[in-house]
Amino acid sequence: MDALIDVTPAYLAGFLMTLQLLVISGAAAFVVGVLVATMRISPVPSLRVFATVYTEILRNVPLLLVLMFCALVLPILGSDLDYYPLALIGLTAYTSPFVAEAIRSGFNGVPVGQAEAARSIGMGFTQTVTLVVLPQAARMVVPPLINVFIALTKNTSVAGIFFVNELFKQTDAATRDNPGSVILVLIYAAVLYLVITVPLGLIAGAIEKRVVVAR
Amino acid sequence: MSLSVLYDAPGPRTKRWSLIASTVGVILIVAFFVWMYLTLAAPRVNANGAELPGMFDPSRWDIVANGDLWLSFGLGTLATLQMAAAAAILAIAIGILFSFGRSSQFAWVRAITGVVLEFVRGIPVLLMIFFVFLVFTAGSYWSGVIGLALYNGAIIGEALRAGVKSLPRGQREAGFSIGLSPVRTWALIEFPQAFRQMLPIILAQLVVLLKDTSLAFIVSYPELSRTISNNRNFFGSRYMFTLFVIGLAIYLVLNLTMSWIARFAARRSGPRFGRALPNTPKQPGADGTRAITLPTRKDGLADALH
Repeated sequence: MDALIDVTPAYLAGFLMTLQLLVISGAAAFVVGVLVATMRISPVPSLRVFATVYTEILRNVPLLLVLMFCALVLPILGSDLDYYPLALIGLTAYTSPFVAEAIRSGFNGVPVGQAEAARSIGMGFTQTVTLVVLPQAARMVVPPLINVFIALTKNTSVAGIFFVNELFKQTDAATRDNPGSVILVLIYAAVLYLVITVPLGLIAGAIEKRVVVAR
Repeated sequence: MSLSVLYDAPGPRTKRWSLIASTVGVILIVAFFVWMYLTLAAPRVNANGAELPGMFDPSRWDIVANGDLWLSFGLGTLATLQMAAAAAILAIAIGILFSFGRSSQFAWVRAITGVVLEFVRGIPVLLMIFFVFLVFTAGSYWSGVIGLALYNGAIIGEALRAGVKSLPRGQREAGFSIGLSPVRTWALIEFPQAFRQMLPIILAQLVVLLKDTSLAFIVSYPELSRTISNNRNFFGSRYMFTLFVIGLAIYLVLNLTMSWIARFAARRSGPRFGRALPNTPKQPGADGTRAITLPTRKDGLADALH
């Protein structure tokens, strides 16, 4: 039991760092993801191709290698950033295609008749998307988006391998310092992760139910 | 050239504008890559004032001729695939168990499965692998396999449960009415349909699993990303960039192939009604309930609509 009290300060610091990684890279990935999703449905072919290639490549590279790229290649390209901002960049880049795909799936969930109706009364691309499709897609996008952020919460642990003092790195250190109570220390860390992911999951479930009823 | 319900077929002016935008975009992207190449290729001066060769300098790439390097990458790829295959089979088995538990007729079985599932789904795979490694002192291979299988099994289980839930109630009732027990109804009638319907999601999850084998790095399992750092230690850190590029290329080939196979299989055996309507004739009034696919792939709605 003493071990749990001993590791608490380090765990809290790690937990806060994990939260920071989640919030900052989550917000950034949302912005980038919306841009990429817009490019994928846009009328300009080159934008569509670019967005598709971006999505395909980033989705098929393990996060470990994306972060390795940030920690290794970005400094050669002239960045003198610390490991923390580099991890933020990596997590953002890795998460953004998943955000884009979640948004696109929401778009696909809007009945085609809606877009057809908008077009038939003479609306253009921008009007159809912003006035008719997007407002309906927004509510359906929320549950899959929350799932993406839950995945991001768990993915922040990989940043621990790259010298960011978040929860997983603290756990790693704590298991070394408390060889007698490894199980307790690990479960403690698991519970801290659950404190973030379970409520997010519950919110996603609740919203999903409401959306289903509304349709 | 795909058209979409969202915008008109482009006229001459739009076409010209679009061509200009595309050209500018391509030039910008090419310029970016050229800049990246030049920056990487330029020799660098380190903190001590010594000049280091650029990233594409032959002195950084001469290991490409070394047979041992390719042998180690081959073994690393094999180790990655082996772990992914074992974990995939286990994950599907665990997923089936989870979904069976979640649709049990006993409330306490459902509750326990639910709690275990929430727990497994909510913690990072990395932590899970680490947990199995330290607590059960399984070797690095088995901790990777078990960690990955548990996590992905939970996700597959949820997908299967959603699949069973989405079936018409008549399916279950029909099973009961011909005298099948609840378990047999689930196993013979509901599960096969749910599995087929959820196959695209399961396959997509297996691609994620293949990617996540890289997390076995943490327990020193000699898979692909560990191979990169092992080779760095063996050949020297000036080859790091070279090794990274090789590793990245292998991962991309592996994962893109897997994604492609998954997509192909999903298209062939996925749910028929989920497909974005190409071949079905339009019925007045019935379209409103169908999903729309915006122009992305050639096989999508885009071509079917115009």
